Amino acid sequence: MDIHEYQAKEILSNFGVAIPQGALAYSPEQAAYRAREMGGNRWVVKAQVHAGGRGKAGGVKVCDSDVEIQDASEKMFGQKLVTHQTGPEGKGIYRVYVEAAVPIEREIYLGLVLDRASQRVMIVASGEGGMEIEDISAQKPDSIVRATVEPAVGLQEFQCREIAFAMGIAPAMVQQMVRTLNGCYRAFRELDATMVEINPLVITGDDRILALDAKMTFDDNALFRHPQVAELRDKSQEDPRESRAADRGLNYVGLDGHIGCIVNGAGLAMATMDTIKLAGGEPANFLDIGGGATPERVAKALRLVMYDEKVQALLVNIFAGINRCDWVAEGVVQALRENPVDVPVVVRLAGTNVEEGQKILAESGLPLIRAATLNEAAERVVAAWKSDVSHHQAKLRAV
Amino acid sequence: MSILIDRDTKVIVQGITGKMARFHTKEMIQYGTNVVGGVVPGKGGETVEGVPVFNTVKDAVAATGAEATLVFVPPPAAADGIMEAADAGIRYCVCITDGIPAQDMIRVKRYMYRYPKERRMVLTGPNCAGTISPGKAMLGIMPGHIYLQGHVGIIGRSGTLGYEAAAQLKERGIGVSTSVGIGGDPINGSSFKDIMQHFQDDDDTHIICMIGEIGGPQEAEAADFIRDHVTKPVVAYVAGLTAPKGRTMGHAGAIISAFGESASEKVEILSAAGVTVAENPASIGETIARVMH
Repeated sequence: MDIHEYQAKEILSNFGVAIPQGALAYSPEQAAYRAREMGGNRWVVKAQVHAGGRGKAGGVKVCDSDVEIQDASEKMFGQKLVTHQTGPEGKGIYRVYVEAAVPIEREIYLGLVLDRASQRVMIVASGEGGMEIEDISAQKPDSIVRATVEPAVGLQEFQCREIAFAMGIAPAMVQQMVRTLNGCYRAFRELDATMVEINPLVITGDDRILALDAKMTFDDNALFRHPQVAELRDKSQEDPRESRAADRGLNYVGLDGHIGCIVNGAGLAMATMDTIKLAGGEPANFLDIGGGATPERVAKALRLVMYDEKVQALLVNIFAGINRCDWVAEGVVQALRENPVDVPVVVRLAGTNVEEGQKILAESGLPLIRAATLNEAAERVVAAWKSDVSHHQAKLRAV
Repeated sequence: MSILIDRDTKVIVQGITGKMARFHTKEMIQYGTNVVGGVVPGKGGETVEGVPVFNTVKDAVAATGAEATLVFVPPPAAADGIMEAADAGIRYCVCITDGIPAQDMIRVKRYMYRYPKERRMVLTGPNCAGTISPGKAMLGIMPGHIYLQGHVGIIGRSGTLGYEAAAQLKERGIGVSTSVGIGGDPINGSSFKDIMQHFQDDDDTHIICMIGEIGGPQEAEAADFIRDHVTKPVVAYVAGLTAPKGRTMGHAGAIISAFGESASEKVEILSAAGVTVAENPASIGETIARVMH
């Protein structure tokens, strides 16, 4: 789960990481008021969206008066910010963060990640702050310093000092860097984060080390023990299709194609998408209905996929181990009776109770296209989609 | 021979009184697995599917001589359950549980390193379908009837995709020596490489089928290992050709977040190591049949 910059800063600040003075606003008037309240003569207005690359997309504005702040905020509120990370639909701006501008001397990149190779928490730092880590590793790989944390004892001060000296931090400021790194690690560890990124971490003209931007991602599997983190979820930043799915306990990722997919198991779901692609179609979504799916759950999944207006054909592919084909079949039949769809539906069942499942489908009287293998399923759904679309187009031309 | 489990392996089930665990315990016994007991704290003395329940793994090991365990414990307590098994002297642990916090798994891995290698428990999973040596024993939640006994060793991150491969093999009359699910989580007990070593050493396995997916470094790591240490033919499929970057595709670990983690990059890395890659998941069985003959 992602959170906003201002929320990440508040969390990190509670763990001892220094941040510039700032305040949140829900309206342009409030933004201007926040600046007057804060004092000073230069501020930065930052759109709060769950995506990087805000600066280049016009989501960050430096202002010299409260009038400018109000003006800049008015141009942001209610707009969709499109950055290279949001996709063409962008993310809505409903909150802005007003921050006191600071004199920047140097920018450092600092990230903490779950490193899958060492199976530990890894700190990644570079003197090339402000650039994205992908670009740093492509263009300046030698500038990157890494340290892995031994989980039994946690991050050690010497590791922090090594990073600080490698970043060329002045000796008098090394302790500030140690405090920053320790704060990030403790926040990561104690709140079950999967990523903490401060980019840039800046050294100011008056010898302070401040987190100028902050991003945190949390382990969805650990939210049960951090209700205060779970509360920070902002549905306005999610794909509406995915929010609906998450609220229904389904694992869904919206894509751009026209063939809706309902599959059990993440690997088989990805493989089904791949087969559709190889058969000449494009998947509209990834959807894993999980183990032990009941008829109600399958029906829910079907309605969810059909909620996406781009879907022009549907493929249900179930290989039941922990699932039961008869339950899945009941779910499909139940959902289609309650919400008839006007797109072709291909169903492939295999595994536990497959005969019972096939029987339920056959006796339903619904116009379902059945398939025995994965390949057959993909080929039939793509063929059905193509003929259905051309049929529609012919009808449209006739009108 | 088969790897990790055999007809005689004494198995316990942790969390045996849960609905799912009961169902699969029954299935495993029917398949012929030597299930000797279960563990649920506070329910010692009860009986499930004719086997005794113990309060602790140590009690179960002392009373039954259990060597392997299947963990069905819910996510918040699953890591604890795995460590309990490691400490009680269990040799092989399969963890089915999906949804264990990643940092709990970091702790588990660190804990297991306390034991010298020869006494260290082998862990596969979490978030996997388990391990089956067809015709001998099954330690997991897979439908046993889709596997024929034979000489293909399967290693996969995805449960259902592993079923798909086994069914395609069965259709061609090809059997499996052992199929091992290593799970879809970012931090897992055994990697492709770890299991690959077992198959390389197993006389009964003549060909290895590896089913990978997007995310993480383990397929690339396996490619290096195959190039240097594996003499048996390896066939692979990597799921997620159409998966967008930066999105988690169901499995917590299925996310492209670094160079080399996409399906096409992994295919390239594996091909370069001499692995025969099936581009289409529907042709895994066909590709194995071709390589075998």
